[in-house]
Amino acid sequence: MSTIINMLPSVLMIVAPILITAIGGMICEKSGVVNIALEGLMAIGACTAASAHVLMEASGVNHSLSLILALLMGFVVGGLFSLVHAAAAINLNADQTISGTGINLLSVGVTIFASQILFNADRTREFRMGMQTDALGVYPTAYIAIAVVVISWFILYKIPFGMHLRACGEHPGAAESVGINVKKMRYFAVVASGVLAGLAGGCVVLTQTIQYTSNTINGRGFIALAAVSFGRWRPLGVAGAALLFGTAQAFSIIANNIPALRVLPTEIFNILPYVVTLVALVLFSGKNYAPSAAGKPYEKGAS
Amino acid sequence: MVSEYAIEMKNITKTFPGVIANDKVTLQVRRQEIHALLGENGAGKSTLMSILFGSYSADSGAIFLEGKEVEIKNPNVATALGIGMVHQHFKLVQNYTVTENIVLGMEPTKKRLLDLQSARKRVAQISKQYNLSVDPDALIEDITVGQQQRVEILKTLYRNANIIIFDEPTAVLTPQEIDELMIILKKLRSEGKTIVLITHKLKEIKEVSDRCTVLRRGAYIGTVDVKDVTENDLAEMMVGRAVKFEIEKPQQKAGAVMLSLKHLEVKDSSGLVRVKDLSLDVHEGEIVGIAGVDGNGQSELLGAITGLLALSHGSIMLEGKPIEHLSIRERIELGLGNIPEDRKKYGLVGEFSISENAALKNYYTDAYRKKFGILDFGKMQKDAGMLIEQFDIRSAEGAKTTAGSLSGGNQQKVIVAREISLSPKVLIVAQPTRGLDVGAIEYIRKRIIEERSKQRAILLVSFELDEIMNLCDRIATISKGSIVAVNKQNEVTEREIGMMMAGSKAEGKV
Amino acid sequence: MKLSRQKLLQSDGGVSVLVVLLGFLVGTILVALVGKNPLNMYKALLQALTGYNIDNGRMNVRYIGETLNYSVPFILCGLSMGFAKRVGLFNIGGEGQYIMGMTIAQMVALLGPQVQTLHWLLAILSAIVVGALWGVLVGVLKAKYEVSEVVSTIMLNYIALYLSRIISLRMPGATTFRTANYPETAMIGNEFFTRITNFSLLNNGIFMMILAVFTYWFIMEKTSLGYGMRATGFNKEAARASGIPVVKSISISMAISGAFAGLAGGIIALGSFRHGRILSGMDNYGFDGIAVALVGNCTALGTTLAGLLFGLLKNAQPLMQSKQIPKEITFIIQGLIVIFIALRSALKLYQQYKEKKALQKEVGVR
Repeated sequence: MSTIINMLPSVLMIVAPILITAIGGMICEKSGVVNIALEGLMAIGACTAASAHVLMEASGVNHSLSLILALLMGFVVGGLFSLVHAAAAINLNADQTISGTGINLLSVGVTIFASQILFNADRTREFRMGMQTDALGVYPTAYIAIAVVVISWFILYKIPFGMHLRACGEHPGAAESVGINVKKMRYFAVVASGVLAGLAGGCVVLTQTIQYTSNTINGRGFIALAAVSFGRWRPLGVAGAALLFGTAQAFSIIANNIPALRVLPTEIFNILPYVVTLVALVLFSGKNYAPSAAGKPYEKGAS
Repeated sequence: MVSEYAIEMKNITKTFPGVIANDKVTLQVRRQEIHALLGENGAGKSTLMSILFGSYSADSGAIFLEGKEVEIKNPNVATALGIGMVHQHFKLVQNYTVTENIVLGMEPTKKRLLDLQSARKRVAQISKQYNLSVDPDALIEDITVGQQQRVEILKTLYRNANIIIFDEPTAVLTPQEIDELMIILKKLRSEGKTIVLITHKLKEIKEVSDRCTVLRRGAYIGTVDVKDVTENDLAEMMVGRAVKFEIEKPQQKAGAVMLSLKHLEVKDSSGLVRVKDLSLDVHEGEIVGIAGVDGNGQSELLGAITGLLALSHGSIMLEGKPIEHLSIRERIELGLGNIPEDRKKYGLVGEFSISENAALKNYYTDAYRKKFGILDFGKMQKDAGMLIEQFDIRSAEGAKTTAGSLSGGNQQKVIVAREISLSPKVLIVAQPTRGLDVGAIEYIRKRIIEERSKQRAILLVSFELDEIMNLCDRIATISKGSIVAVNKQNEVTEREIGMMMAGSKAEGKV
Repeated sequence: MKLSRQKLLQSDGGVSVLVVLLGFLVGTILVALVGKNPLNMYKALLQALTGYNIDNGRMNVRYIGETLNYSVPFILCGLSMGFAKRVGLFNIGGEGQYIMGMTIAQMVALLGPQVQTLHWLLAILSAIVVGALWGVLVGVLKAKYEVSEVVSTIMLNYIALYLSRIISLRMPGATTFRTANYPETAMIGNEFFTRITNFSLLNNGIFMMILAVFTYWFIMEKTSLGYGMRATGFNKEAARASGIPVVKSISISMAISGAFAGLAGGIIALGSFRHGRILSGMDNYGFDGIAVALVGNCTALGTTLAGLLFGLLKNAQPLMQSKQIPKEITFIIQGLIVIFIALRSALKLYQQYKEKKALQKEVGVR
């Protein structure tokens, strides 16, 4: 029992960025746009945050300020890159899966390219100190994640804006006919997913490692995507799904503390989160819960 | 100077890629009248009204409301000007409640938060005032089509519309619901509303409209006082020539039972029972029609027969052989032909050529399949060329034309040609003339009668009652998934069928 | 003049070429923006393509061999993605199928019968079969359980990576990054190629690739199987309603798709290395295959040409790096190309706009 309680901070550390990204992905899909570039956007956010932090650290900026600014930059840059996907999907009716894949490929190049230019290596320079845990051993990212969940719930279900946004994902024709600007709504949603993914990427690199490499994100963006589906596109469900996947991923770290599990090769634990995701999708996949108009370009005048 | 017209649309022109939808059309609607806008599919009526409602902008022309010129850039502006639209394909969010749909876009708020309580109150108020009863908390996906239409009407009234446009409102209603709608229209008129009714149903125009404007192929033909013209006059204006409504159907005796449905039960994808204990026989040389309003189990029934849906109970026999466990392909091979309801979704592969589409059901047979699985595309093209000639299919490049570029009528002809060329023993026909112009409609119906003469067993599903009455030998009325009665065509009236569609168990002879 | 521009935009090949040029253009601008000389990028590309070093006038045919050799896995992974896409599936699991193929090939190479020809043949065939199975898994998950192939393939990619490690670490002579050397009978090198290309790694894999390309074209365009698959890819509902066994088509196509990627893995394992590898990361051929297929418009010829281009880009990377240009510029160009491809539909909108304007003129609207 005590092991489980001891596990909690680590679990939260891993869950937080996945959850933040997943909420972003949920908002995006609820407006009708599918965004599989979450992985790439997280990578861009992580690289930006790591670079910003190590540079600010070197020039003597106050530690907490540096962290906040680094996260902020990850937030903003993630949003900027997501604009590409937004423009492609919303204004140009592009195939959303292809444009999302393009951004993923692009981010692989852009992040390391930037590292090469800034640090002459294929990874960012190691920073000395990342985020620190609080008295409970919990990183601030956990609180950020909880706040994101609550705020998203509030926006989606308590104010007219949210009602409009959800309508865009269910029946954009109906939304348009009552005067809602579907394109603008969707832009907001895509950028929201971009800023949140960027922020989450920053969270990953500042709590779980000391620099950005091409292995930093390692599929978290796609696990977040699975969490959206598994969580049936509702904030609480997505939170639960992210918790499940995060726990599976935390196992590989925890395993060292449980003698019985130490005999197994580490790869088994590496595989665990991905297998759990797959099994969860098989058992609980509900295409029926997806927003009805998700993934389809909206053309004005089409009924 | 006060204009005598509530609405005046002058010289409206609107083009889309490849088509001139409205060609200098002028429309004048008087205050507090019910004005019908009549025309075939593609005549431009919906486009014209979409311009009035702000969904589209006209390329040129002007709009005047009560004599004042206005610019209607988007539906918000239209709504602010008091124009409301009840769409043909309802613009309702399925998993929102009635109330949420009515107030969407104009939600009452208390301190910036959604105030759905006030919304409910207002909705209840309006629905009482206009006699439009609805359950404010019901989800759209749970209520009937007729009720959904009332929600659409309430949307316009919530926004204080004075002009209400109805786009093909009766396409989805039972005869009884149509009667109710006519009463609602008259009530709205008496409450001071101006109504534009887009329709191609001549009977309804005669029943409820004051005046009628006719459009044909994007052009304005004329405006008449409805009491001064007959249905035939209107039809002629709509089509441009005299139209024959009746089809010649030779007398013939039906033969052996070809298709036998016994105690069918079919569930839809969410597990709801859509077809309950349905039994029906179709003989060679007869056309059996299934009359009913959309949504009463017809799609599920046809899905079960063709194999797209699984049966949960019962049996289907083709020429005495049970087929309910056979794959779709096996049923086709046994002689089941199908002209599907949604030709674009189920009938054709738009990116394929006419010849590839013509071979969709038998490309893998010895007719076209050579050694090692290689296909003889040349033969496919030749065979398709013959079908094109036989069925008078108009295409840009013959058998090589992509199906997606054909007109609706020609697309339907490709499907009909394919099915007929396979010489099916049983032919399922669903909504064969939907969305087609009069010429194509006449042709398709003629072909169906021809197949009947060739002793095929034909099962026809249509939502147009006159089509059923015209073509069928026997008529089975379906309501809520069960057959209410089966009658011989010459022993039953439309009114009786209408009543049975709505579920009242009238007398039925088999 | 106007007519030919319209025709160019309408042809898919024309669009692909345009998109590649655009990608390079933006890449060039980017390189210039960060203060490097874009000309160096093109010099590197020239050298990778022809072996000719423009700076010192020397010729080394090894580069030609390497470009061809690199293009083999790109083309095969492109065929993998393309085949599935034609049937309507977005198979981004080429990476995992590649890894599984590679792992099995390594295993058979190290543990299999050391019989001339039979040995490598068995290894390659195993790679194809395992790749196919890894692909079928995706198809079944989609067809039976409605699991999106976008997510399942990514998961299977990572699962494959770690499975590969687990298996390879138990191979004879395994250290943390390699196994023992392969026996001679398991390798697919080609002495003739090695000689004429100045010791490049070009090997018999290229013949297998050519066979694969031909198989792709043949199945898709000529057979009844391909016909059914294309119909399914264009309109699944109509295909189903016409009796085409859609679930089977999807499964078979994912199997063939996986087989192509598995073959790529096998060829890389036995042709480019003398020993097995313990993977610590992904080779990325599978991911790049996505871009290759999209640029090649999922046709046999297009994919081959696109694969050659990507092989060229990869071969030029170390050359670029040596000229101070970060090799990641090639990834950026690839990403841009894919994004631009997604905008193909924008061209359709542009066309519609033009048609509308023309009509308006006809009708006399100002």
